[in-house]
Amino acid sequence: MPDRFHPAIRLLHWTMALLIVAMLFVGVAMISTAGPAYASLIAVHRPLGIAILLLAAIRLAVRLATGAPPLPADLPRVQQRAARGAHILLYLAMIGLPLIGWAMLSAGGYPVRLTAALTLPPILPQDALAYGLLRQAHGLIAFAFFALILGHLTIALIHGFVHRDGVFETMGFARTPVRRPEPQVPEPGVPEAQEPDEPDAEPDETPAS
Amino acid sequence: MTSSRPPLSIVAAIAAAPVLLLAGFAWAGGWIGPPRIGGATIVDALERSGGRYAGYRRAHAKGICITGRFDASGAATGLSRARLLARGSYPVIGRLSTGGGDPFATDGRNVFHAMALQLTGPDREIWRMAMDHTPIFPVATPEAFVALQRASRPVPATGKPDPAAMKAYLARHPETKAYQDYIAAAPLPDSFANGTYYSINAFRLIDRAGASHAVRWAFEPEAAPGALDKAKFAELPTDHLFTDIGARLAKGPLRWRMTVTVAAPGDATNDATILWPANRQRVEAGTLTITAAQPEENGACRDITFDPTILPDGVALSDDPLLPARSAAYSSSFRRRALETPGPSAVGKTLAAKEER
Repeated sequence: MPDRFHPAIRLLHWTMALLIVAMLFVGVAMISTAGPAYASLIAVHRPLGIAILLLAAIRLAVRLATGAPPLPADLPRVQQRAARGAHILLYLAMIGLPLIGWAMLSAGGYPVRLTAALTLPPILPQDALAYGLLRQAHGLIAFAFFALILGHLTIALIHGFVHRDGVFETMGFARTPVRRPEPQVPEPGVPEAQEPDEPDAEPDETPAS
Repeated sequence: MTSSRPPLSIVAAIAAAPVLLLAGFAWAGGWIGPPRIGGATIVDALERSGGRYAGYRRAHAKGICITGRFDASGAATGLSRARLLARGSYPVIGRLSTGGGDPFATDGRNVFHAMALQLTGPDREIWRMAMDHTPIFPVATPEAFVALQRASRPVPATGKPDPAAMKAYLARHPETKAYQDYIAAAPLPDSFANGTYYSINAFRLIDRAGASHAVRWAFEPEAAPGALDKAKFAELPTDHLFTDIGARLAKGPLRWRMTVTVAAPGDATNDATILWPANRQRVEAGTLTITAAQPEENGACRDITFDPTILPDGVALSDDPLLPARSAAYSSSFRRRALETPGPSAVGKTLAAKEER
């Protein structure tokens, strides 16, 4: 059982963490102003969103192929389940939010222009009500995503600096990863392969090419 | 897992990370810090001064859809690499409208007559324009626009703007006073067909070499000029301009020449309240032919936001601060009306009433 995430996942995690936080900041800043920054922020928001969508798709594939290190066996089951749920939600937001943005612009009749030379095709027919609903969803989900990220960060720091149980290090690049103390007795009722936030991965599966 | 309480310093350090992020987020979103003018601020100001009509655009609410084509002459290809300016014929969807938030307002008002266009080029490239019949705009900045709307807000007691507030505003904004003097004296076209429609803002055309040329443009009518008698506004039928355009189109297509005016060095590109001198280089970029009009209920224009910052490659924004403000405000207006049930248009309502008879 690996004690850390696949290097590609760790690299993607930290790259995307920066991009996503920047993206959420750009999103709220863009809505707040009608000043000269508005046009520049929109021009950044769209290609950055599509970049996050592409990275998230790659990350999901690598993640499904390589699995996740187990959480400490002595972590209460409710926390294991919460972790799995939160991580699924984070993946859903990473993939869903850019898709909703793209769909919303399509329904609103806005060209999804990424660069001077590249405009993406619409993924929904033009429809004002669909635009209105997707626009609302885009904003609400973005706020929920930010809240989730703050929670994720806080809990990761608690694992790293209070529990010191090796969970934080599973996403780190330290040369000598902290070895978690092996639990003496496996918790009854917890299946042997503890991949709380990875229901589908086959441990023996080879990494995706 | 440790069961002992962690030291306070660690708790504080851990809490600092999300708190700092949250504070940064609140700053980015404008929830902390000095108040900002956003698209919603502009639309709020419009709703308060012009009335809030759910389901309609918050400005230029009264309109009609038009369709036709743009035949580019190719004469502007030296200024811009935009494929929509290369010789050829491109489909157009558009909208003619009058200023204000009331979708059933009378046409007997000295307000903007406007033409909005969407040109579609090869590879689905889109160029949107939202033009008015005056070559200048009453304000140069979004801040002034919001201040003007607030000064124009009707007082409940009289139903009219507070004269003191307007006087105070005009004292600070001589450009608005100049615009008011201009529009009071200028003839108001008696038809949408014989109005000249101006880009209002400056834009930049980008040529093949990547060089940028500051321009404004206008669509000049082929139809003979004519003006409304402003003294007899009360006698004008409510939907005069809209019935007129339908009658004219029933007889044949209407045409406008697109004229691009190139700025000379020193001409202001960031101030829509100032005209450029008349002797500037002008290029005839093509001809707009409008062949049909449709009430918004059946037309293709109702669900389009004619955001003038949606430009093809080869056309770019200038430093005019009104451009991002228009984009933000139109988006906010669309965001609101998209969730409301669209109501009938003035033209559609009249047609439906006729059919019932």
